[in-house]
Amino acid sequence: MLKIKGLRVAVEGNEILKGIDLEVNRGEVHAIMGPNGSGKSTLANVLAGREEYAVLAGEVNYNGKNLLDMSPEDRACDGLFMAFQYPVEIPGVSMSNFLKTALNQIREYRGQEKLDAMEFFSLVKGRLKLVNMDEKFLSRSINEGFSGGEKKRNEIFQMAVLEPKLAVLDETDSGLDIDALKIVAHGVNTLRSKDNAIIVVTHYQRLLNHIVPDFVHVLVDGVIAKSGDKNLALKLEEQGYDWVKEAA
Amino acid sequence: MGATLDKNKFDARQWYLANFELFETNLDGSRESAFHEVRKKAISAFADLGFPTPRNEEWKYTNVAPILERKFKQATEPAKLSKKTLNKLVLKGLEKNLAVFVNGLYDRELSNYSAKPKGLGVERLKQVLQGRPALSEKYLGKLAAFEKEAFTALNTAFTHDGLCVFVPDGVIVEEPIVVMHLSDSRSDAVLAYPRNLIVAGKGSQVRFVECYYAVSAGTYFNNVVTEIFVGENAVVDHIKLQEENTESYHIANTQVHQEQRSVFTSVNIDLGGAIVRNNLNVRLSAENCNSQLYGFFMGNGVQHIDNHTFIDHAMPHCFSNELYKGILDGKSRGVFNGKIMVRPDAQKTNALQSNKTLLLTNDAAIYAKPQLEIFADDVKCTHGATIGQLDDEALFYLRARGIREDVAAAMLRYAFAIDVFEKIKIAALREVLAATIFERLKKS
Repeated sequence: MLKIKGLRVAVEGNEILKGIDLEVNRGEVHAIMGPNGSGKSTLANVLAGREEYAVLAGEVNYNGKNLLDMSPEDRACDGLFMAFQYPVEIPGVSMSNFLKTALNQIREYRGQEKLDAMEFFSLVKGRLKLVNMDEKFLSRSINEGFSGGEKKRNEIFQMAVLEPKLAVLDETDSGLDIDALKIVAHGVNTLRSKDNAIIVVTHYQRLLNHIVPDFVHVLVDGVIAKSGDKNLALKLEEQGYDWVKEAA
Repeated sequence: MGATLDKNKFDARQWYLANFELFETNLDGSRESAFHEVRKKAISAFADLGFPTPRNEEWKYTNVAPILERKFKQATEPAKLSKKTLNKLVLKGLEKNLAVFVNGLYDRELSNYSAKPKGLGVERLKQVLQGRPALSEKYLGKLAAFEKEAFTALNTAFTHDGLCVFVPDGVIVEEPIVVMHLSDSRSDAVLAYPRNLIVAGKGSQVRFVECYYAVSAGTYFNNVVTEIFVGENAVVDHIKLQEENTESYHIANTQVHQEQRSVFTSVNIDLGGAIVRNNLNVRLSAENCNSQLYGFFMGNGVQHIDNHTFIDHAMPHCFSNELYKGILDGKSRGVFNGKIMVRPDAQKTNALQSNKTLLLTNDAAIYAKPQLEIFADDVKCTHGATIGQLDDEALFYLRARGIREDVAAAMLRYAFAIDVFEKIKIAALREVLAATIFERLKKS
């Protein structure tokens, strides 16, 4: 599904990613861990299409397409989804208007019929339950006045509505209490299937107790220094990142 | 000696004065009306005033010179418009109390008053001048002072048709009253002097919608005066929607007078026009008045849109709230001048003012000037002006969910001004307007 080869990326002239190779297939959950400043969020944002990140070298193939040539909206329409680390507050745009527009733009891109108000409502109603959100959320402005936990649940709610093929969760666990973390993990686990793939970017192992990964990669100073299975995450939790840094 | 052939020496003031003489001779019977004396005073006021130039502080950023170069023609024959043309423009749900003027002349065929409640007077100015001189003498030209404002003076001198609405005491008008001023400049560069008068009696309620549309390309000039008298304890909503074509000129003076405990809400929307100037003056002339002024303007190309508002707190315990928002694209210019006067007697005044503008290009500009003049000591007045650009983070967030960049940008621009649109209490109008504005925001 996703093949990253030799990806080098700079932000404001500083090289952050210094040669990333990664392959993610359908049905897999990959965790990307690493200390602060290692480039985890940069990787997530480059995949989502943020324009202030300059790709210096390398390629990213997504379902046979050159991902780096695609606009952020086309990536989303082709099934890529990033859960934001810092979801943006947008006063004046209601959640329902936002999601209905997004869903119908994606459907239009795929040559599908647009949903009418009733069809849309019955679709989102079920997905709201998945993350314990009330219908009132739909009439609120996007993330405006939401608590930290509500913002992250909202990201997973959007993921549930848009049903991506590849979801990148950028530090979705940061700042969550254990109850909110469980809700988020439950949502993600419910959406996990043999047809889609998930990349979980996180600083801490805690989330991985609830979303169990198939693969764990450790990012240190812009390269993947080590890869393994879920046990690698446990070792990182016990021993910290220093041993990986030294080995690298 | 051939002065009019020399473009540089064309004297607009003289030309308008000469036109008044011509206009007078064509007035027939209505020349004998009492109002004609007002006309004569107005033209003589104009003769003294002349046209404003940017040297005049009130016109510093708005140069009317391009308007004065043209020899416009006042229409004498009605332009025939089909129902089909009208139906394209008329807002759905607003056709029940509808008065239509084309190039300043009333169009009986296109107008409709099927929902007019008993007792409500909706009449042509022409008939009021002839048939109800007492009413016209009491209100017409009494609110909009022409002594100091050249365009008001010209309108008063030349006006002969328009809409008068008299809401009797205690009458609640359910359906909004709509007046559409249409301009058709296919055969001539027309000049019209639309005149609207709304008198809301004690304890009455009325919503009045004033729209300006072009039915053709080509330059024309609308010089508008609207007078609104809000009686004691009355509730008046005034919505002015200006969508002239972008070759044309629109100068409008709206004068509001509020009696005690009255509530007045204005929503002023400017989407069109080459040079637009709105003077909206509200006088809170008794205690416990509530006045809400909202505005939205959108410019593109080389459009110039100027909103001057003046809230005159003359008496104590009044509240005013003002919010104007603009989105400027291309090389367009916006002006917002919000004057609030708190007179010595107006203790316990509470006045809020806010003006926010979104500039979409580096070439667009806004001149924003709050102007507070406070002569009472126990008052609460606040004002603020901000100028900003679209939030890139928000734009990326929407795009990352599959929304095309133009649609995402339109959503954010619309959201920026949504608190103005929400103040339009007529749902049908709000929805149609939302769709129109959203489509426009997508294109720019």
